[in-house]
Amino acid sequence: MACYLTTGKHMSIYFSVITVLVLLAITAPIALLFGFGGASAARSQIAPLRWFGKGYIAVVRGVPDIAFFLFFVIALDQGIEYLRHKVLCPDWSEPIRQGNDFVVCQAAKMPLGSAPQWVHETYGFALAVLTFAIVFGAFAANVLFGAMRAVPRAQLETAEAYGMTQRQTFWRVLVPQMWVYALPGLSNLWMVLIKATPLLFLLGVEDIVYWARELGGTKTPRFTDYPHGDWRMWYFLALLVFYLLFTRVSEVVLARIMARLTHGQATAAGEAQRKAAVA
Amino acid sequence: MKHLILSTAALALSAGLALADGHGKTVRLGTEGAYPPYNFLNDAGEVAGFERDLGDELCARAELTCEWVTNEWDSIIPNLVSGNYDVIIAGMSITDERDEVIDFTQNYTLPDPSAYVAASADVDLENGVLAAQTNTIQAAFIAESGATLVEFATPEETIAAVKNGEADAVLADKAFLTPIADADPDLMMLEQEELIGGGIGLGLRESDTELKEKFNAAITSMKDDGSLNALLTKWEISGQF
Repeated sequence: MACYLTTGKHMSIYFSVITVLVLLAITAPIALLFGFGGASAARSQIAPLRWFGKGYIAVVRGVPDIAFFLFFVIALDQGIEYLRHKVLCPDWSEPIRQGNDFVVCQAAKMPLGSAPQWVHETYGFALAVLTFAIVFGAFAANVLFGAMRAVPRAQLETAEAYGMTQRQTFWRVLVPQMWVYALPGLSNLWMVLIKATPLLFLLGVEDIVYWARELGGTKTPRFTDYPHGDWRMWYFLALLVFYLLFTRVSEVVLARIMARLTHGQATAAGEAQRKAAVA
Repeated sequence: MKHLILSTAALALSAGLALADGHGKTVRLGTEGAYPPYNFLNDAGEVAGFERDLGDELCARAELTCEWVTNEWDSIIPNLVSGNYDVIIAGMSITDERDEVIDFTQNYTLPDPSAYVAASADVDLENGVLAAQTNTIQAAFIAESGATLVEFATPEETIAAVKNGEADAVLADKAFLTPIADADPDLMMLEQEELIGGGIGLGLRESDTELKEKFNAAITSMKDDGSLNALLTKWEISGQF
């Protein structure tokens, strides 16, 4: 049993767990950044910036994730290669689109065809992070946009009355107070993001669901030292436990952050906290 | 893990060498890795099987540096034409429909008869429910017959569908089904076979004629000296050149 669980294949599934965790750790802050940028842009006084922010939120939220993952990543990858091709191989005479084929010169390949496999995997992973960040950034932008509007107007008026500029009001009064309104929505997004990681496989990154399916599949004695029947159910059960544990831990952590952010806020929970402290 | 790092280091090194002595680029071989004996992942998580042996030998003969990549069967052609890898070596039968989109080398297996595996011998193959993998010649064959077709993304799921009763039988390459029917007492292979497909070849982009000629030459040389037949015997795939 111990031997079975430490085959090279099982090492791959353990490694993919790390991949998923790293993806979440990198994607969440970037998505939040995208969201913050999107929400700020959507509130902007400058019309084109506002249109851009609102357009970003509306378009990305409206397109199904799967379609976005399939289309955007291929388009982005080909776009990068196209630009590199134009820069690196100016004297290339053949067309880039030959029927179904997308052909660029060797030097423009991204990553280079001669690059080792791990470079290809890292590149795929980076594309995945970017795509996740754009998709979840749009949802985060909508949440933050709402949260910014939920901050009591009186707070902002007071800031203005003290002579703060627009910028100062935004950074010193609005942003610190909006998180408490944003957190329930953001925590939802975090949960969805955790569960959306299996979409990684669409992007060519081998994630835990891929390996669970591969490892659990029937193995006939001719092709393996460890033949077994259809064990996918058990592998998926292990995944279920993993995801449940992970979301549970997240809930606990988020509850703590919420308690912290509520402190001193003019919300029902903030009021309750104050009374509890007094009593 | 150590092994993985070592092998990537070795790959990086050999890729660098190949570039240095002007042999040009690394050829990336795309396979499914879920269709024994043609291609599967072994216990170490590496691509193995008939096509692994064949591909390594072909690359050696054509003096190419090759690297193995796995990809879902469903998107294996789109990812070839958009340039994520250079060759499909995944038990893909040469058909006219596929030939419109990509190019094939000459075949390296003779047409392997497709066989049925079912839970009992008295299955109605004319009107029953038959399972096959999506985008395969078998799926196309069932779709044109009177039977009801249920498609699955992976070969594994087609077998599971028969075992849990969702389908009456599964139609797939005989070489794939034989070890499964042998190992599982609940499944049996039916006597009826279908002769479909024109043998398996390497799939390449239509613009990659130079690479195609290199592989064609390598396959011819393997056919001539009998080493291809030896591989077919080793992996118990029917038909000899």
